[in-house]
Amino acid sequence: MGILRTILLRVVYAILLLVAVLVLNFSLMHLAPGDVADTISQSMGGADQEILDEIRVSYGLDQPFIVQLGRYIANVAQFDLGYSFFYNQPVTKLILERLPATLLLVIAAQIAALFIGVVLGVISARKPNGLSNYVVTFLALFGYSAPVFWTGILLLITFSLNVHWFPVAGMRDVTIEGGFWVHFIDVARHLFLPAVTLGSIFLALYSRLSRASMMEVLGSDYVRTAKAKGLTSNQVVYKHALKNALSPVITLAGLQFSAVLSGAVLVEAVFSWPGLGTLAFQSIIARDTPTILGILFFSALVVIIGNLLTDLALRLVDPRVGGQK
Amino acid sequence: MKHILKGIVTATAAAAVLATGAIAEDSPRKGGTLITVIATNVRNLNPAVQSGIVTGYPGAQLFAAPLRYDEDWTPQPYLAKSWDVSEDGLTVTLNLVENAVFHDGVPITSEDVAFSVETIKAHHPFKSMFAPVTSVDTPDEHTAVLNLSKPHPALMLAMSGQLMAIIPKHIYGDGQNPKTHPRNTENVVGSGPFKLVEYKSGEHVILERFDDFFIEGRPYLDKIVMRIITDPAARAIAYENGEIHMGAFESLPRIINRLKKVDNLTVTDEGYGGIGPLDWLAMNTTKGPLKDVRVRKAIAYAVDKNFIHKALMEGTASNSLTGIHPDSPFYNANVEGYDLDLDKSRALLDEAGFPMKGDSRFNLTIDFGWPGVKPQVEYVKAALKKVGIAVEVRASADFPTWAARMGEMDYDMSWDTVFNWGDPVIGVHRTYSSSNIAKGVWSNTQGYANARVDELMEMAAVETDPAKRTALYAEFQEIIADELPVYHTNTLPYHTVYNDNVGNPPLGIWGTSTPIDMTYLKN
Repeated sequence: MGILRTILLRVVYAILLLVAVLVLNFSLMHLAPGDVADTISQSMGGADQEILDEIRVSYGLDQPFIVQLGRYIANVAQFDLGYSFFYNQPVTKLILERLPATLLLVIAAQIAALFIGVVLGVISARKPNGLSNYVVTFLALFGYSAPVFWTGILLLITFSLNVHWFPVAGMRDVTIEGGFWVHFIDVARHLFLPAVTLGSIFLALYSRLSRASMMEVLGSDYVRTAKAKGLTSNQVVYKHALKNALSPVITLAGLQFSAVLSGAVLVEAVFSWPGLGTLAFQSIIARDTPTILGILFFSALVVIIGNLLTDLALRLVDPRVGGQK
Repeated sequence: MKHILKGIVTATAAAAVLATGAIAEDSPRKGGTLITVIATNVRNLNPAVQSGIVTGYPGAQLFAAPLRYDEDWTPQPYLAKSWDVSEDGLTVTLNLVENAVFHDGVPITSEDVAFSVETIKAHHPFKSMFAPVTSVDTPDEHTAVLNLSKPHPALMLAMSGQLMAIIPKHIYGDGQNPKTHPRNTENVVGSGPFKLVEYKSGEHVILERFDDFFIEGRPYLDKIVMRIITDPAARAIAYENGEIHMGAFESLPRIINRLKKVDNLTVTDEGYGGIGPLDWLAMNTTKGPLKDVRVRKAIAYAVDKNFIHKALMEGTASNSLTGIHPDSPFYNANVEGYDLDLDKSRALLDEAGFPMKGDSRFNLTIDFGWPGVKPQVEYVKAALKKVGIAVEVRASADFPTWAARMGEMDYDMSWDTVFNWGDPVIGVHRTYSSSNIAKGVWSNTQGYANARVDELMEMAAVETDPAKRTALYAEFQEIIADELPVYHTNTLPYHTVYNDNVGNPPLGIWGTSTPIDMTYLKN
């Protein structure tokens, strides 16, 4: 009952949110002077007036705002995200082609940041005044304060130029031939630097939060009891305390999911990662309204699903959530 | 003394290396995969409906044109083994090679040439290329006759490089709009030396050798990978660590100069004469003080080109004095260059009736369309302050915002970058012709009108004698330099980067927007 109701409520919210995202952004895009015909002309080194007019007519850009908006919403209601003026492709196809790459990057970065962050947090929580604590704090703050594009370039110069451990850009080496595992390793090598770069921002959050949360839990009564009945320190920390310490971290991770997604825009640009971030960036520059709205639509969807999964994960570690009796 | 001897020995050794190098270049190696890079995502692979440098490179590999050009602007046979222009200049006959086939095996005939001309005429953004062509006759399979309403010497360049693509009628003639035809990006059937293997938007374009290409023994390469890497710093690292063999259109001075220092890389600005990219300061000649040519001259005298060349472009760009690129045979270097002269500038402003009132004489705004040229704009502001012109920099949120302002001439001054696109008729006239005022971005956004300039352009457009044509354009450039609708400052420093493994890189007038069937990998 609880889960079903939550999901149902989420779906209603989601639809309202999506409509708001589309109408608001469509209007904002429309307010700016100039349109996609100008960027198409730019990509062609200029175009004669006739051609510009032809482009505007064929994409309906000559129609009044309200007509354009109405048409767009009507199409979306029929699950048609429209046609990209700039890329000459259906938006859905364009996005679905890019979505897997972004999901791979975002999920890899998120899992890495979460896992390493929690491990570091726990290590420093166990010896709050030890050397390890300071090292972890320094690393965390460094990752958090350095801009991702700078971290990215720095990692590139170190690991791609000075030592040739990782490739510079892209998601795969197209000249490589071989079976699944060859390609798997190739993609993993390409993924490493972007995922580390993107993860570096969130590592700080997760390690700081898990440290604080762990310290709080370690001071509670049941931990003292566990210690008193003779469990080893490791057993206490990893078997009993960690589960309770995790729940604020998971909540934060869920909330941060949208931030990871927007962080991906910059990271993808630095590493030419062929994902939604690169596409979003290019379509904004190109004023390609259908593509931008399509990406926002999908991003909102991904964030909603991410939050829903967070809720479910919280229920797993903490049965009190959801108010089940 | 020892040093001198050592020097001689090294020089001799170097000469020996050069000599063997020359021999090696005579016998290009076959095979291999050339890894190259494109800086922006490709929208369309069909140059018949899409111009621009991003389409040009893959487009020229996939599709053949009737002609190609060498480094000296001389047309060479390509899909047309020979051609003939009639005495009166009103018919151009193309004799096509007989063994040419499309990538699906269907022979290339004069029908396809006629169809391609029609398609380009109707859908290509540069109307001027084929506007005088009234019809194309196809007396036999391998002869196409273009009938013109007036002589049109620009046609030769318009039939080369990326400006023309012979596209298959049996694919694109199916009634769908060729501009948005699905076969522009998928399953492309071309006529050029390489065929499409895979196009992944935002990721790469992969081409492989077309075995039935109509030139025997070519192309040399088995495969070309065009990776899409938008970040210039990432591209630079990829050149340096050898992940990429070759790339073109690098334009950031700092990166160009850094790559020049890398041992196994060659960085050159050869190969951009055809595209002819120019930077300039555009002035709205219809508004306020800028209506007065003396004010425009005063601005030119106050803006120090030397500073732009040395400090902003860090020595990577060339001087350019007119609307025609310095690499073009029509370029006239003997025009007024406006070397820095603040006194002259102030005198001209006084003379024009704008004396100093307090801190300044009058206010102007300056626009720019992309972040890369912000230093130029800020410099102009600082430079003009010295002669009493208060300049306000107006930023645009993005390119379309700026383009809309320019298109409607809602500006005083703006930094601008415009390409020549081969013949002046195609890319130069549009900026100065009085019939093209305020027709979108990169039209005559200066509102400039001069009857003699119009007349010179009209005469040059139909003049078939190259010497007479050069003379007409020489006068045209003198007037432009004197009346300054735009103040020409420098070429855009496009550079091609390639490593030592690349033999015969494409450095002709069209650079990489030309078939690279003669490029090879040394090992």
